Amino acid sequence: MKQFKPSEEVDFLIIGAGAAGGIMAKELSTAGFSVVVLEQGPYLRERDFEHDEIKYTRLSAMTNDLKKQPHTVRRTDTEHAKVLEHKLIQYGRQVGGGSVHFTANYWRLWESDFRQRSKFGGVAGASLADWPVAYADLEPYYTKAEEELGISGLAGANPFEAWRSKAYPLPPLPVKSSGAIFERATRQLGLHPFPAPMAILSQPYRGRGACVHCGFCETFGCEMRAKSSTLATVIPMAEKTGRCEIRPDSYTRKIEVDANGRATGAVYFDGNRREVLQKSKAVILCANGSETPRLLLMSKSSRFPQGLANSNGLVGKNLMVDAGFEAFGLFEHPLNEFKSVQTTRVIHDFYEPDPKRGFYGGGGIDARFDFYPISFALNGLPPGAPRWGSEWKAMVSKNFARTLTLLAHATCLAQERNSITLDPEVKDAWGLPAIRVTFDYHPDDVSNMKFLLERQVEILKATSAQRVWTDATDLSLLPHNHLLGTCRMGDDAKTSVVNRYHRAHDVPNLFLVDGSSLVTACCQPTCTIQALAYRAAEHIADQAQKAAI
Amino acid sequence: MISRRQWFTLAPLSAAVLAAQQHAHEVMRNAQPAALSVFSSEEAGEIEALACQIIPSDGTPGAREAGIIYFIDRALGTFDADKRALYTEGMKRAQAARLELFPSSQSIAALHPAEQIRLLHAIEETDFFELLRTHTIMGFFGDPSYGGNRGLAGWKLIGFDNRHQFEPPFGYYDGPEGGR
Repeated sequence: MKQFKPSEEVDFLIIGAGAAGGIMAKELSTAGFSVVVLEQGPYLRERDFEHDEIKYTRLSAMTNDLKKQPHTVRRTDTEHAKVLEHKLIQYGRQVGGGSVHFTANYWRLWESDFRQRSKFGGVAGASLADWPVAYADLEPYYTKAEEELGISGLAGANPFEAWRSKAYPLPPLPVKSSGAIFERATRQLGLHPFPAPMAILSQPYRGRGACVHCGFCETFGCEMRAKSSTLATVIPMAEKTGRCEIRPDSYTRKIEVDANGRATGAVYFDGNRREVLQKSKAVILCANGSETPRLLLMSKSSRFPQGLANSNGLVGKNLMVDAGFEAFGLFEHPLNEFKSVQTTRVIHDFYEPDPKRGFYGGGGIDARFDFYPISFALNGLPPGAPRWGSEWKAMVSKNFARTLTLLAHATCLAQERNSITLDPEVKDAWGLPAIRVTFDYHPDDVSNMKFLLERQVEILKATSAQRVWTDATDLSLLPHNHLLGTCRMGDDAKTSVVNRYHRAHDVPNLFLVDGSSLVTACCQPTCTIQALAYRAAEHIADQAQKAAI
Repeated sequence: MISRRQWFTLAPLSAAVLAAQQHAHEVMRNAQPAALSVFSSEEAGEIEALACQIIPSDGTPGAREAGIIYFIDRALGTFDADKRALYTEGMKRAQAARLELFPSSQSIAALHPAEQIRLLHAIEETDFFELLRTHTIMGFFGDPSYGGNRGLAGWKLIGFDNRHQFEPPFGYYDGPEGGR
């Protein structure tokens, strides 16, 4: 791999080697530019990935670790934010980022997703807006992402799917018992189940092997390279150009600007906590919806006293997260859901928000098993079951192979009051201000989650389940992996942080390309984040070639 | 090249801390510990007596056969070192509860199983019980390299097969008998 000196001014400095950063690195380096990618986490390889539930859940081996990087949490800005025992936000923290440990759901948005404000009007208390781009603008890049990364699915199987210029490059993965049960019940109810589109190879593809159904996708890295993470796909392509250096264990603390207000590079802590300044002609932030605004807010200067790209005060605002409850069913025969990918069947029948429901919101529902052995033994039994002792042990023994989950993937409304800011007191292990999360769902989000939970229960009741129950957990306890909307894109510099090509309105050579750009949140964001990255990279490369950055 | 243990030493404070962390991690991942490192054998016996009612040995192996006490001892010596005080306090309260319930008893380990169960019910609402339950379950159903789940007792109990490679049909309902 090429190595650059920090004093050497590279064409692009990318911060964050995740779902978006990996694509930016590949696209820009193959277009002929010199690229350095700073990644705060380590450079793990497939041989490092283990089937070790303790390591990846309890010990946060691939995600933010509260012991080193605490974040504080509050519902409203009148409360004092506190560090909780558990994580409220979680993000991937190694080369490949969240694309390494994600479940690999890969849903395109609908055409209507980009026009929700025009379609439904305003929602009180929410900053619902249209996107500055349309589905048609993004479609070629959805196709490119599916082709280049390797997505398994069945085009046309979802009757609600937006038009597509090409079928999925790989057929769907084989159905599991959860999917077979779900498919039968939803059809019986007149609904439209379809094979889950997954960023996991159902067949060998471009030098990578097919999934062997080991069952360790969600929260784990794939040692077979069958999960289409950026680590397994585009990052090796970027490195092969000889123009891209991936620099792990590099924790950025500030983006530097010159007297003209242009970004000149970034200062980061290396693995030995030495401060290093990497110079660049342009900076691209791909650090996720929490770390991107945090870094902008930490990058205060006399020219940008409110933080970088934040003249309108919107950096960090409009935080959107994942939403949706779980419902469970217990069956007579073994499903063995611990095998193979998490989910194989989905419905989108309730995806589109419908004003007739009396609230704003919608979402998809999938059939899966959201447990591993420890988490199941801790939390997998129905309410009222014993929590320890012989009877508990017998139930855990019987139920583990016989339980399934229906999970809703619901909309989350943008609200200015929900935000990522810098905590005024708590610091991380590097002495930098901790992320402060201010978040509470909009009442319509909660109504929608309850509405979807009723649908989940209806579906389970149409199966042969011996018992059906729900988990409407205290919403403040749900950990969020989708961190979206905190630097939203828009044409109006007063109401957005970046333009339709992800260029910061305030800083001409600064681009923000990750979940923070999203204007609305339904339901599975990775596919859209990556399509946006391909589109942004094409534009940025074009502008750089014209010396227009 | 970054080693597989790099995650444990992401933010080295100094060479000494790094070495200590590395050592701690090696200890943590050594599957067959020679001895207890945190608990005395007496403390270990008392804690194990409680863990063995959380996951009893009742026809299939329980916490004792799975080596849970070694898992907990190692957890408190490594990744959960900050939770030692909760154990010390929790066991003090458990001993006080024992004396209240069974004034003439000598130790938790010496109680009859039914008495041990009564004692657990008496402390069931405490943070210490939650932690002990969590650790017992983690040790029983976690990777054996942490010292517990000996003989794969936990995985055998639930039918979890760590084969790493499967082929369809995966379960009854996606196979021919299940109507698929």
